[in-house]
Amino acid sequence: MALASNAADWHEARYLSRNIVQPLIADLRNLKRQRLSAESLSANDHFGGTMTDAPKNETQIEFHCNSLGDAYDEKTSLRHASNCDCRKCTTAAAKPGVAQETSAQRPATHEEMWDRMVENALVRGIFAQNDFSRRSFLNAVGGTTLAAILGSVLPLDAIKAATKESTDKLEKTKLKVGFVPITCATPIIMAHPMGFYSKYGLDVEVIKTAGWAVARDKSLAMEYDASHMLTPMPLAMTMGAGSTAKPFIMPAVENINGQAIVLHVDHKDKRDPKQWKGFKFGVPFDYSMHNFLLRYYVAEHGLDPDKDIQIRVVPPPEMVANLRAGNLDGYLSPDPFNQRAVWEKVGFIHTLTKDIWEGHPCCAFACSQEFAVAHPNTYGALLKAIVDATQFSAKMENRKQIAEAIAPTNYLNQPVPVIEQVLTGRFADGLGEIKDVPTRIDFDPFPWHSMAVWILTQMKRWGYIKGDVDYNKIAEQVYVAADTAKTMQHLGYTAPDKTYKNHVIMGKEFDYTKPEAYVQSFAIKAS
Amino acid sequence: MLSIRQKSLLVSLVFLAVVLGFWEAYCQPPKSREALSEYELLMGGADQEARIPPPSAIVAKAWEELSNPFYDKGPNDKGIGIQLAYSISRVLSGYLMAALVAIPIGFLIGMSPLMYGALNPYIQILRPISPLAWMPLALFIIKDSETSAIFVIFICSIWPMLINTAFGVAGVRRDWINVARTHELSPLRTAFTVILPAAAPTILTGMRISIGIAWLVIVAAEMLVGGTGIGYYVWNEWNNLDLTSVIFSILMIGLVGMLLDLALNGAAKLVQYQE
Repeated sequence: MALASNAADWHEARYLSRNIVQPLIADLRNLKRQRLSAESLSANDHFGGTMTDAPKNETQIEFHCNSLGDAYDEKTSLRHASNCDCRKCTTAAAKPGVAQETSAQRPATHEEMWDRMVENALVRGIFAQNDFSRRSFLNAVGGTTLAAILGSVLPLDAIKAATKESTDKLEKTKLKVGFVPITCATPIIMAHPMGFYSKYGLDVEVIKTAGWAVARDKSLAMEYDASHMLTPMPLAMTMGAGSTAKPFIMPAVENINGQAIVLHVDHKDKRDPKQWKGFKFGVPFDYSMHNFLLRYYVAEHGLDPDKDIQIRVVPPPEMVANLRAGNLDGYLSPDPFNQRAVWEKVGFIHTLTKDIWEGHPCCAFACSQEFAVAHPNTYGALLKAIVDATQFSAKMENRKQIAEAIAPTNYLNQPVPVIEQVLTGRFADGLGEIKDVPTRIDFDPFPWHSMAVWILTQMKRWGYIKGDVDYNKIAEQVYVAADTAKTMQHLGYTAPDKTYKNHVIMGKEFDYTKPEAYVQSFAIKAS
Repeated sequence: MLSIRQKSLLVSLVFLAVVLGFWEAYCQPPKSREALSEYELLMGGADQEARIPPPSAIVAKAWEELSNPFYDKGPNDKGIGIQLAYSISRVLSGYLMAALVAIPIGFLIGMSPLMYGALNPYIQILRPISPLAWMPLALFIIKDSETSAIFVIFICSIWPMLINTAFGVAGVRRDWINVARTHELSPLRTAFTVILPAAAPTILTGMRISIGIAWLVIVAAEMLVGGTGIGYYVWNEWNNLDLTSVIFSILMIGLVGMLLDLALNGAAKLVQYQE
């Protein structure tokens, strides 16, 4: 074994890892990926929120790959030809369907499995892929001896470490992420000029999108790797409400609060919602918090949103122009268009949505299940960048700097003072007052399952989904809170230790354990 | 003494000067009086409402954009030259594909009354559909916004070319075809040496109508799908309610549309003939 002479050298280990171990492992990984994606995509209910299952799953799947037998055991074949006489195959022949090693022999954790793969690859390399000579050699000297010899001449630990390090490699570094030009997308947008994507090795192009329908269609077509969405959208897309059904996951909420009801300046005397009969309101999308909050708000004041007012879908950037033209009497829309209406002197801020539901989710960062499965490392890095950027945006002292970074034409294309008023919460309300509301918009990435359940109850309430809804299942499948929590902890933030909690909306408590009863409790709903 | 042509030029310049003068005078922002209060600052100034920008602001904007037409500050902010190039390339690729399909089919329909009768109902149904109505369907089937935009151009520019080609081919004088027949020309040769030159002016008229429609449609299509192009530019500036840029881009759209039309007009002159 000439290669072992100065084997302690780290570079040697890297070399061995790269040239012998990794090509073999690459094959194994491809096999694994095919099987994983085939399984998770064919069975819709077999993925998502329960990420704790994943390692167990992976181990099992990899053990169907024959190449992972114990390389130091002369009774284990690493080839498994049709007339194979090794222990594994003879057991399998005796008891069909039980082709697994005993639990003592099987590596229990992911780490051990990698170690096993590396050993396996090295021993194969030494015996030049001749399994017969390996087994007769082992018969003569014994497995522990071989392990000892190998350990003394090769830097096994170093090779293992080098291999593990290189498997964290990003599958894809050039990504396209879509956004709709609103301040809700702040983390997605500012991660570009402020270097959060590049910090995690990603080269992301953030692409401005004309509206939510286009963002949805481009995401469904996989034109975008991931996209800025509204929190109800991935739920609706997964269920196929309003589009073709395709499993999407939402690993992070972009912003909480940050919306407002704006009325035309002509309606300064109509502050009581009961006077709004016949009004035309704009919301950015059917499957949006804006739509559900506006409906909730007017319904609590006794108006039926389907009969007493008219709700129109208007892409956020077109809200102000429509308000000015008199096509709309008001809207519940994302900022900066609420503040922009004040700036243009065509509207005033009637109420902030934080006064309807303090801490409500609004926009989301979402991608297809397919993307996350096919590019696990890239998905992880992207999520880290987003969570990191979201936490950065949550800090008040960074807000002015962010406002300047996201105002240019390439991003929001808005005057800096407008963005600043939104992000800092010191703003003119259009009625002659300056208000100070630091939590006007806030940022918190954690996707509470109870929020998804609330959204689903409203979709049910207004007839966007019909029939029985398995609230918790869909919520847990789409809102992958476990991924978010893991990423938050990895970055040194504390994640909540539960994923459900009760919310209070306009003084009424939502009990997440009784979603169906909650839907029935409303007097005004679509029949 | 001035010729009538010079006189009319002079009069049209006077009209322009008068209109622009009034526009400029009427749209001046009021002078700010003293220092603004914080509320006024947060409201974006003391004047009551936004107004249409005066021509001088548009000229300044045009100068700024045209002096650096090819800058590229990321995927959502490119110079006007790049945006126009994207739009023109989309229009041309959709348009050329449409020509490749429409002219042969038009020939077929024009030469064969049977095919005319068979295909006419479909053409009549498909022709009046607004090209943008195809957009959601195209996005769903093609799954690519870029190709969908090109498809929309394709579908809108195909009909005038198809109908004009059929019309031109069917209208070739029988005498000429009979002469070709007495010379025992093969049908293919008749098509290329007699019918094509005879129908060429009508075909080019169709092509000229098509390019005009394609240029009208691309702006709307790009406003819908976004990304790049002059339509996206208009949409992006509309987001920002920046009328100066919107008016500037309207002028650019008109200018490019005129150039495209002139180019096809020039081509039409080449195939013109006197009977």
